[in-house]
Amino acid sequence: MRHLLTASMPRDEAIGLLDLAEDMHQIQDRELKKLPALRGRTVVNLFFEDSTRTRSSFEIAGKWLSADVINVSGKGSSVSKGESLRDTGLTIAAMGVDGVVVRSGASGAPALLADWIGRPVVNAGDGTHEHPTQALLDAFALRRRIHGGAARGKALDGVRVAIVGDIAHSRVARSNALLLPALGAEVTLVGPPPLLPPAAADGSRLGVRAEPSLDRVIDERPDALMLLRVQLERQAGKVAPSAAEYITGWSLTDERLARLGDAHLLHPGPMNRGLELSSRAADSDRSAILEQVTAGVSVRMAVLYSLLASDHPSAELGGAR
Amino acid sequence: MTQRAGARTVLGPDEIGRALTRIAHEILEANHGADDLVLLGIPTRGVHLAQRLADRLADITGIGFADRVGALDVTMHRDDLRGRPTRAPQPTRVPAAGVDDRVVVLVDDVLYSGRTIRAALDALADLGRPRVVRLAALVDRGHRELPIRADFVGKNLPSARSEHVRILLDEVDGADAVTIEDGAA
Repeated sequence: MRHLLTASMPRDEAIGLLDLAEDMHQIQDRELKKLPALRGRTVVNLFFEDSTRTRSSFEIAGKWLSADVINVSGKGSSVSKGESLRDTGLTIAAMGVDGVVVRSGASGAPALLADWIGRPVVNAGDGTHEHPTQALLDAFALRRRIHGGAARGKALDGVRVAIVGDIAHSRVARSNALLLPALGAEVTLVGPPPLLPPAAADGSRLGVRAEPSLDRVIDERPDALMLLRVQLERQAGKVAPSAAEYITGWSLTDERLARLGDAHLLHPGPMNRGLELSSRAADSDRSAILEQVTAGVSVRMAVLYSLLASDHPSAELGGAR
Repeated sequence: MTQRAGARTVLGPDEIGRALTRIAHEILEANHGADDLVLLGIPTRGVHLAQRLADRLADITGIGFADRVGALDVTMHRDDLRGRPTRAPQPTRVPAAGVDDRVVVLVDDVLYSGRTIRAALDALADLGRPRVVRLAALVDRGHRELPIRADFVGKNLPSARSEHVRILLDEVDGADAVTIEDGAA
């Protein structure tokens, strides 16, 4: 049984998945957006946390591959009646589904589910832990920006990416900090010191650099700037700067945009204009934000295909356990 | 060149060249000219054969074929995805003018069970509605499992199911040859 629980994977495997996503991406140009590869397969989107774009993206990905996709949300399901994660998972598995996409506020929930239900599990974001398909789509969008139509087979060697925001609580940052260096990118984590992870701050257990000053990073002219959403719902009672302090120190303002040169801008969404970045930055031709959304569908098609198409999946494709 | 010991060469480079030239002429004859012709090769080797046929058609007719040749990947339409290890698809490239109302010639290296062509017809239907679809294969080795036949064949090669027929092409394998070898070898 194979799953996609983490963005930590060997370089070749990551490139293989991104190449597969390139093949899936071709469907965007088609009038008839339907491939029969997962006909007869059933995928359940099990979302215990609110999500519109990730859930719709997985739903579209599954449907374009002809899988039957069912959405189960935490609210209004048996979960709100007190059913455990394990019982919910086993119940869904007992209905004969072929794969489960799970989003949970609890770090590690997808890994537990994977052990329990005997079906491929895709982590669609778990707590402050990981969001591997987000990292894959970020890498995909960035690779396309840099290599254009000749992206197949390529990595991100020497590409300097700065990830800006609440690093410590961001599963997007963590998954990117695992995936991008595997593809050869040099990652700098930027944010208010209380929101930088201690491990990275004192010598980089992740193999990435931490830097509190966005202005210093901008002066280094990075190739890409990834702005994380300021997650107001995760900030209650935390030691965090006020919105005004955040804008002063870490927002991509018009003034910083002008100094940034031609770096590509990424944002996992949904974005707060004026907080993480200015409207001018969001709408500039440097912004790859909508390309990231499109890439999300292609990457998730690649993940679902590599986990579910074959009863004997090969080792080369798809995220390792 | 990756020809293995025990493999018998059935077609050499010259014979492959002549077979493709003949197929090119047959395509033009059947179509009463080059109007609306589009060649789609099935990866991997069918793509190179389609390109070679396009080059010949361009030589014969004096018409450019660069925007009339492409690749049609059938992976997502195969009927054996479940039973085999995960297959990586390959790029599909369709000429900008599309396939609607065209005369599409599918090009593959070996015609065997017919299942690849069945998948190709489905893949093609997703791209549009050609006026006519024809099939060209460098080698027809028989053993069809579906009611499918080729319109243009380079070489009919009766074979046992246990035998391996291999097509080697310069673009992929470093040399042109069609070989057959005993499955037991």
